[in-house]
Amino acid sequence: MEDDAPVIYGLEFQARALTPQTAETDAIRFLVGTQSLKYDNQIHIIDFDDENNIINKNVLLHQVGEIWHISTSPADRGVLATCYNKPSDSKVLTCAAVWRMPKELEPGSHESPDDSSSTAHSLELLCHLDDTAHGSTACVTWEPTGDGKKVISLADNHILLWDLQESSGQAVLASSASLEGKGQLKFTSGRWSPHHTGTQVATANDTAIRGWDARSMSQIYCIENAHGQLVRDLDFNPNKQYYLASCGDDCKVKFWDTRNVTEPVKTLEEHSHWVWSIRYNHSHDQLVLTGSSDSRVILSNMVSISSEPFGHLVDDDDLSDQEERHPEEKSQEPPRDSVIATYEEHEDSVYAVDWSSADPWLFASLSYDGRLVINRVPRALKYHILL
Amino acid sequence: MAAGAAGPGPGSGPGDSPEGPEAEAPERRRKAHGMLKIYYGLSEGETAGRPPGSDPLDPTDLNGAHFDPEVYLDKLRRECPLAQLMDSETDMVRQIRALDSDMQTLVYENYNKFISATDTIRKMKNDFRKMEDEMDRLATNMAVITDFSARISATLQDRHERITKLAGVHALLRKLQFLFELPSCLTKCVELGAYGQAVRYQGRARAVLQQYQHLPSFRAIQDDCQVITARLAQQLRQRFREGGSGAPEQAECVELLLALGEPAEELCAEFLEHARGRLEAELRSLEAELGPSPPAPDVLEFTDHGGSGFVGGLCQVASAYQELFAAQGPAGAEKLAAFARELGGRYFALVERRLAQEQGSGDNSLLVRALDRFHRRLRAPGALLAAAGLAEAATEIVERVARERLGHHLQGLRAAFLGCLTDVRQALAAPRLAGKEGPGLAELLANVASSILSHIKASLAAVHLFTAKEVSFSNKPYFRGEFCSQGVREGLIVGFIRSMCQTAQSFCDSPGEKGGATPPALLLLLSRLCLDYETATISYILTLTDEQFLVQDQSPVTPVSTLCAEARETARRLLTHYVKVQGLVISQMLRKSVETRDWLSTLEPRNVRAVMKRVVEDTTAIDVQVGLLYEEGVRKAQSSDSSKRTFSVYSSSRQQGRYAPSYTPSAPMDTNLLSNIQKLFSERIDVFSPVEFNKVSVLTGIIKISLKTLLECVRLRTFGRFGLQQVQVDCHFLQLYLWRFVADEELVHLLLDEVVASAALRCPDPVPMEPSVVEVICERG
Repeated sequence: MEDDAPVIYGLEFQARALTPQTAETDAIRFLVGTQSLKYDNQIHIIDFDDENNIINKNVLLHQVGEIWHISTSPADRGVLATCYNKPSDSKVLTCAAVWRMPKELEPGSHESPDDSSSTAHSLELLCHLDDTAHGSTACVTWEPTGDGKKVISLADNHILLWDLQESSGQAVLASSASLEGKGQLKFTSGRWSPHHTGTQVATANDTAIRGWDARSMSQIYCIENAHGQLVRDLDFNPNKQYYLASCGDDCKVKFWDTRNVTEPVKTLEEHSHWVWSIRYNHSHDQLVLTGSSDSRVILSNMVSISSEPFGHLVDDDDLSDQEERHPEEKSQEPPRDSVIATYEEHEDSVYAVDWSSADPWLFASLSYDGRLVINRVPRALKYHILL
Repeated sequence: MAAGAAGPGPGSGPGDSPEGPEAEAPERRRKAHGMLKIYYGLSEGETAGRPPGSDPLDPTDLNGAHFDPEVYLDKLRRECPLAQLMDSETDMVRQIRALDSDMQTLVYENYNKFISATDTIRKMKNDFRKMEDEMDRLATNMAVITDFSARISATLQDRHERITKLAGVHALLRKLQFLFELPSCLTKCVELGAYGQAVRYQGRARAVLQQYQHLPSFRAIQDDCQVITARLAQQLRQRFREGGSGAPEQAECVELLLALGEPAEELCAEFLEHARGRLEAELRSLEAELGPSPPAPDVLEFTDHGGSGFVGGLCQVASAYQELFAAQGPAGAEKLAAFARELGGRYFALVERRLAQEQGSGDNSLLVRALDRFHRRLRAPGALLAAAGLAEAATEIVERVARERLGHHLQGLRAAFLGCLTDVRQALAAPRLAGKEGPGLAELLANVASSILSHIKASLAAVHLFTAKEVSFSNKPYFRGEFCSQGVREGLIVGFIRSMCQTAQSFCDSPGEKGGATPPALLLLLSRLCLDYETATISYILTLTDEQFLVQDQSPVTPVSTLCAEARETARRLLTHYVKVQGLVISQMLRKSVETRDWLSTLEPRNVRAVMKRVVEDTTAIDVQVGLLYEEGVRKAQSSDSSKRTFSVYSSSRQQGRYAPSYTPSAPMDTNLLSNIQKLFSERIDVFSPVEFNKVSVLTGIIKISLKTLLECVRLRTFGRFGLQQVQVDCHFLQLYLWRFVADEELVHLLLDEVVASAALRCPDPVPMEPSVVEVICERG
């Protein structure tokens, strides 16, 4: 089974921000935000045609500043939030805002011209997540299962819960909490748990991971010294409600059971530099994707701690027709945790990786030099999981 | 006398022939001479003194056996002149005379002997005749005696018969009297306490009484006897039960009771019961010694006590039992075995408790001696009572103790190793307080290595006592095989080396990576220690072990190579971790310096920032530290002859080229293109890559980690014009000083270029500083 070659797309600018269009479940679509201090920044909407292996792109201008983080609403395909640097002479301040794409670029609107790359559209500002009082915003995360009305932003040492009202035209600060402690505490990353009916949020600051109850904005758990150095990113297992993965500057990827915060369930040490991004596959949580500043993307198969630990359950049925070809396959049971593939298409640090929201076998990774690579899970593994 | 008569002249012989006396005489003389010689056992040739080589068949040889006088004379007459003939004639005459006189003397001497022999024979004849007469008289006398005797016997015949009959009656009467007296006799015996006597009497009379019990008188006696016997038995029992009087006396009681026909089974049960009482008392006294309150005597004393008290008692009981109840057969033996097993088990439990107290102590020789005594003492009952398995159980205990000892030594070694590490930590911490230059790492390493080695040797020596020849259990299969190979070699030595590696590795996994709970110097030292183990020490220790404990066991043992590989892996991990820790220290410094500064509103650079100087200083310090323990390693050749100047010119010109396009407003693509093209030609840098065992590799690793951190931090910031220039100055400064530490200076160039290029990208107004100014600032700094 030959795997398809990766598809590579180059941006003109440096880029760090990548997200799939969460609300879109049919088309494979990623959003990339650029970082440029001298030119107008853009959001590239990248559509991937799986059948023909073709990339279509649309460019939206994002004139307010360079984009550090981007996230899309889980309910409305046209709504997204960015964290951006406001250019100013003496100070750098990162703000956050909620935007709406122009109508014609919304998926499903077939009347949009295909060669829209020539004409750059602008985003429509819905509202600012007005953080100036709280400091620079590191990231914005949407309530994963809700109606796209609730957003949490992390600004310096504050965690802010916003209610978007009047079809996202206005953001009202619903509640907030802040981290107290010695020194300058700063959130680096946060994720909203898809479990517990959307009441849990996890954040990372320095070497600690903290869980928050979104209703009371109080801390639920805290993993002190989760990593030896800074924690860069974290993600929730979509199928196991207490499982959490994190990555950081100690080059490690750790898996946690939040009920027992003293020891990680599992630790991987495959990267040779800081790990910047980690994502669980949305459907098959044994597939874990990590991106690192050693310019590599690694896809791992964490069977032992996934929600389907014994692989395909119908194994016995298809053994009959597979036996002749793979007599040794049976001896491999039970499968072990392993690195499935290391992708080396990038030549600069990879700051973001993410799975497509539409196709569970497809993922994108973005490196600082503006290279976006779209890859697929190896077919052999895909069939192994499916069959 | 007789010789004088034999003949006056030499010439006269018995058969003297008249013709040719000159020729004839020698011939006859010769013959006579020859016969004499044969008589005296001499061969002819020897006495003749004939010159060797002359032909014995030569007929002309005077002394030869085949001498022919005619031929000889012919020859003489023909060959010799007259004078010579005359000479030989006189010579011959002289010889003949000499021979004659010889013969005369001989005859003379022997004649005497003949005369005396004849006299003796005559005398003997006379004596024999007298003796014959005496013998005849003897014969007649004997005949008379026989006759008389026959007559006497005939007369005495019937009187003799009567006497015999009377004697029989007398014996019977004596027996009857004994029987009639028996009751009173028995009573007396019992009263006097002469139980043995009583039992003997009773035994003698029993059969007879049994036989004649149908006669009333005998019956009465029997009844009396039985009553007395019953009393006797009762008294014996009484005495037996009272015990106290010691095993031999009890044995006697039992013997008597048995002779009285008491039921053996019951007796043997009772006997064992009593023995149990005594032995239990012994056990109790042993237990009392164990007790917590009085200071326990040393283990040797304890086993001695146990050996003489309990084991001795058990031996006595067992031998007495086997003597007394041999008739009981296998069932009795089984009973005894069960008895011994049970008490033995309790004794063993006590011994084990005592030995367990000994586990903590360090003195092996005492323990081994105690075990030796213990084991030796149990051999006797073991042989006596093979079924009870005492010897096996004892061996088992000894083995268990030996195993525990091994475990104890392993613990001791581990503790010693940890102690060494603590010492090192203290030594590493102390000089810093005193403000001295640096701790003598090499010296510390030597100390640690030698102290561990001496501990290992001490442990080996201590454990070796178990296999000493004079120790009674050393020839058990366990101590010859498994103890040596599995216990000492695998369990103790290999186990220790493994645990040492693990302990060392655990420093790599310590969660406190940030604070660095372990001083980096310790990591470095351990890494070197493991490497030394890999190269030499492990094989040395194992050879030592194999020599001391001649391993005869065939069970598989860990090969040296596996251990070496483990040690090497540990050393590598430690060194890699050292690199990470040191890299982290410098990274943190750089990161803080980048994160905390306001790069937008910074002033025009005048100086290299202090933190960069600090980085260089720290790197130099690390270089020195590593240099104490590791060799230099190889660099790429170019660095040796690259002088400072060419280097800086080269690099700044390159920097110029690199970010020149970024502020020409042509196309934003160019920077990417340029950096991408550049990356195409440079190899991917593995930042946290495994290091080799040399200084350059270690330093390269540390510098790589630090610079990559700088790069990533720079990318997260936004720089003003002067901020960029400051980065430029800092990087140039680093370039000036860091290249000398690394294997490939190109690497430093690449990373620093990348930093400056990234800073330029993160700057809205990138105006680089003149390279010459940068150089001036750096040189001034």
